[in-house]
Amino acid sequence: MTDWPILSTVTFLPLLGAAFILLIRGNEATVARNSRHVALWTTVATFAISLLLIAGFDTTTAEFQFEEFTPWLPEFGIGYHLGIDGISVFFLLLTTFLVPICIISCWQAVQTRVREYMIAFLVLETFMVGVFCSLDLMMFYIFFEGQLIPMFLIIGIWGGARRVYSAYKFFLYTLVGSVLFLLAILFMYFQTGTTDIPALMSHVWTPAMQTWLWLALFASFAVKLPMWPFHTWLPDAHVEAPTAGSVILAGILLKMGGYGFLRFSLPMFPDASEFFMPFIFALSVVAVIYTSLVALMQQDMKKLIAYSSVAHMGIVTIGLFTFTGQGIEGGIFQMLSHGVLSAALFLIVGVIYDRMHSREIAAYGGLVHRMPVYAFVFMVIMLASIGLPATSGFVGEFLIFVGVFQVNTWVAMLGLTGVILGAAYMLWLYRRVIFGELTKENLKSIKDLNMREIGFFAPLVVLALFMGIYPKPFLDVLHVSVENLIAQTEMARMGGAEVVADLVPDALAKVLR
Amino acid sequence: MLLYIAPVFLPLIGAAITGLFGRFLGDRPSQIISCGAMGLAALASIFVFNNVVMQGEVQQIFLFNWMTSGSFQVDWALRIDELTAMMVFTVSIVSFLIHVYSIGYMAHDSSIPRFFSYLSLFTFFMLALVTSDNFLQLYFGWEGVGLVSYLLIGFWYKRPAANAAAIKAFIVNRVGDFGFGLGILAIYVAFGSVSFDTVFAAAPEKVGSEFEFLGHYFDVLTVICILLFVGAMGKSAQFLLHTWLPDAMEGPTPVSALIHAATMVTAGVFLVARTSPLFEYAPIALAVVTVIGATTAIFAATIAITQNDIKRVIAYSTCSQLGYMFFACGVSAYSASIFHLTTHAFFKALLFLGAGSVIHAMSDEQDMRKMGGIWKAIPLTYMLMWIGSLALAGIPFFSGFFSKDVILESAFAASTGLGHYAFAAGIAAAVLTAIYSWRLIILTFHGKPRADEKVMAHVHESPPIMTVPLILLAVGAIISGYLLLPMVGTETDFWGTSILVLPHHHALEGAHHVDFWVKALPTIVAVIGILAAYFLFLAKPQLPALLAERLRPLYLLSFNKYYFDELYDWAFVRPMKYLGHGLWKQGDGGVIDGVGPDGVAATAVAIARRVVRLQTGYVFHYAFLMLAGVAVIITWFLILG
Repeated sequence: MTDWPILSTVTFLPLLGAAFILLIRGNEATVARNSRHVALWTTVATFAISLLLIAGFDTTTAEFQFEEFTPWLPEFGIGYHLGIDGISVFFLLLTTFLVPICIISCWQAVQTRVREYMIAFLVLETFMVGVFCSLDLMMFYIFFEGQLIPMFLIIGIWGGARRVYSAYKFFLYTLVGSVLFLLAILFMYFQTGTTDIPALMSHVWTPAMQTWLWLALFASFAVKLPMWPFHTWLPDAHVEAPTAGSVILAGILLKMGGYGFLRFSLPMFPDASEFFMPFIFALSVVAVIYTSLVALMQQDMKKLIAYSSVAHMGIVTIGLFTFTGQGIEGGIFQMLSHGVLSAALFLIVGVIYDRMHSREIAAYGGLVHRMPVYAFVFMVIMLASIGLPATSGFVGEFLIFVGVFQVNTWVAMLGLTGVILGAAYMLWLYRRVIFGELTKENLKSIKDLNMREIGFFAPLVVLALFMGIYPKPFLDVLHVSVENLIAQTEMARMGGAEVVADLVPDALAKVLR
Repeated sequence: MLLYIAPVFLPLIGAAITGLFGRFLGDRPSQIISCGAMGLAALASIFVFNNVVMQGEVQQIFLFNWMTSGSFQVDWALRIDELTAMMVFTVSIVSFLIHVYSIGYMAHDSSIPRFFSYLSLFTFFMLALVTSDNFLQLYFGWEGVGLVSYLLIGFWYKRPAANAAAIKAFIVNRVGDFGFGLGILAIYVAFGSVSFDTVFAAAPEKVGSEFEFLGHYFDVLTVICILLFVGAMGKSAQFLLHTWLPDAMEGPTPVSALIHAATMVTAGVFLVARTSPLFEYAPIALAVVTVIGATTAIFAATIAITQNDIKRVIAYSTCSQLGYMFFACGVSAYSASIFHLTTHAFFKALLFLGAGSVIHAMSDEQDMRKMGGIWKAIPLTYMLMWIGSLALAGIPFFSGFFSKDVILESAFAASTGLGHYAFAAGIAAAVLTAIYSWRLIILTFHGKPRADEKVMAHVHESPPIMTVPLILLAVGAIISGYLLLPMVGTETDFWGTSILVLPHHHALEGAHHVDFWVKALPTIVAVIGILAAYFLFLAKPQLPALLAERLRPLYLLSFNKYYFDELYDWAFVRPMKYLGHGLWKQGDGGVIDGVGPDGVAATAVAIARRVVRLQTGYVFHYAFLMLAGVAVIITWFLILG
């Protein structure tokens, strides 16, 4: 049991499933049906195995657990190194949890090139899981960038009318960031002779190096997250992506930026992180208010939710850069919660899109008359998304604000205005879609959720409530690792932010102060 | 222990069963389950009241840990002291009566289980609010009641007006919650805890200490208390944040009675009383509370006298009465405030349900201009409305007399400038209260019938399922003032340690020793108000129109509610929409995309088109991808090698 490489299994099992799908032979209908089943069972098995990780997780240590190490390119200091700690374990679980839901959700929606679609998803899962458990920078980079390819294909092939434009926008944006990331990796490698993450964490960088490396990483993570003003790819990508693509995009891919900040920027470049704190706060606060206002005026449901994601992620970055236990734990929790909620929201849009083939808010109204169960699910998720207490959205948000209030009350206050606006656009959306008279002819025969749909919404709804009422099991896992992270940043801090300031070009320093 | 948990969780169980399975159970079983659960809760609350208030057995019950992060630790726990027990008692008794009343009132509705589920759910949140052991759990109940209020205002979701009112209520409350939220954060930063015990015990040490807030240094307790009060203003519809309450009357009438009169809107008052150990050390915050409360009392009353919708008149009246409760808190007469809260719960619920009975009789008509001349047809309702109005106006021996008098006397006895302002505002509002109450009675019941014949033929007394709860409330409206007088007595120790009043804040003590004219004045002005209303609306019915003509600007100001809705629309709603649209089209679309990705993409595609002639279809994507991938790998190996 102990020497069974669970992490490798979880990472590569989906790839195995993909290979299996490639081997399926027969006419188109057979291939489609078998591909679906293989994909579903592979991902369910992956999820089941990944549960072993949390079952066997030791919450008393900040060390990496379930570690696996094999030299890969020893002459270059590059190894195959996997492991998880309190910070990454839930992101990994979130991934393995959401992918089967995606597969079920597109059971009927996707009818063309089913085989390729399923393969793309399984490959994507391998990459995503890989990102969260890589302990080697090179591997991390391969997984991190590799997931662009299946995602690009999912949007570009199974997407909506403007899919090509969106796919390119998505690809170009992220590619620009990743080039700088790659440069940073190479630089770090030449400085230290290794790409092993734990080893790099104990390396102390001079403040000047920290600044430039931090900026290079920031370029990549800020696009992924996305932070304002690098967010404009997101609404377009979401609008054109098929439902399951949006779910993965919002649920997992957006979290990679936050995870990157946690894994690299904060512990490795603490001085630079502290120095850029006001900069991050400024961008985040702008993001929260700006995108909330924009969300208010959207006519397309998916765009609205996409913009709301940017606002939520803005609150996350505020939390991460407070350097307080509450802020960082809140940030992580908020990412997990957002993973569940945004996934559920896109599925909610997907349900009516599958039926009516429109994302326009104006095309709906009065759905509660025909779809009471749907209205209930939407209500719970909406309330969680606007952060009502005893839902998952509240816990993360509140902890973040507890953290940031200790650091900067202006940021706390301005961030909280986003909470008001958040309620405004979500309630307004809900009202226009769900409430009112059912007047539109084509809606009069719309059907409520079927068993398959209830099946994949149920775990999401339960999780949204459970995480809000009893978040302790989740937070307990985070504590030690987050404390360790904060200790690391404090230890590694040599001379404080002032030293960095001396080495940053004056003009840049002026802007940031 | 079970006895203390029961009142809180029985309604939740009732709500869950009727909410989730109501459609399968049917209407009648749903009603029985939710009313039954609520009845048991009300019964338990009587025992709780006895044990805690009479025997003095304060309870603290730990349920489980909610969240822990570093030193930030919050539990789910109940704290039942005298103040809580009083609230639990009032809320569950009134709620039970309204549950029963609703069986009759909502008999013809198409979604009865949903209604009862919401009603019980509301009661759960309200009880969770008052029994909470810390600020965050209080916030849970606070947001919860706000949510159910939203759901119930919009209960008839086919009506656009109901939906708009529901959202308005939620958003305006969120503005208040914004202050409340910041207040809780400030409490944690100042005290290192959000639990009542710890915070209250440490409050005296914090007197005079300052902390940085928004770039300036302020007194800790003042900032905290003002922020908390902003929350209270939102929930209790105080001046500036009052606009949602009248619109909330779009909800079914039992909802208006329970949520928007008797219980939820008083949560703000409860919050201030609960945190008296903080407010007592923050004199500036108390001054703010006094001013806002007194202003609301008079402000809302001036609007109530010109409204034509029967429910809106009562809604503004509620607003005004909440103002009384707040300025009582402002002069440190918290117990007088809670006293008025309790009596008000009975007589205002009675008035609303009585109005509901009228609306029921008039085939869902709410406009008083289309009523009149029906008192003989519905004598019982008529009589009950009189009792409610007498209690509201503060006529001797009715409950409002005791509670309102002690508030006004306390304000006077505070012998501060603000206290006198509150006293003057309170007396002026008392005149107006009497006028609008009897205007309501006269327009509704007296004079010539103004409804059409079809409606008039149908006017009927409500069934016993509605009138019996009304009679019980009327009994409460009569006797609760006398029975609960020990709440403000100086000899008895009714409140134990649940409310703190510093020795030099002696307004309540002084209230017992004011001059006779102060004691008599509220009653005198009430009688004058009633006579004025009689004269204006019954004896000389042409006078009001004449007055409105003469004082047209004033009349319009009152009739249009001082144009607050228009002002807020102009100042907040429209700029926000404009800004949102502008940022989207110009900001995202123009600047960011124009400079960034679209420009780059256009160039990239142009180059790619020249290089590759396979630009149509999917092949192009694959090719581009492969090129990009290969380029990355080659670059890497080149640099590495």
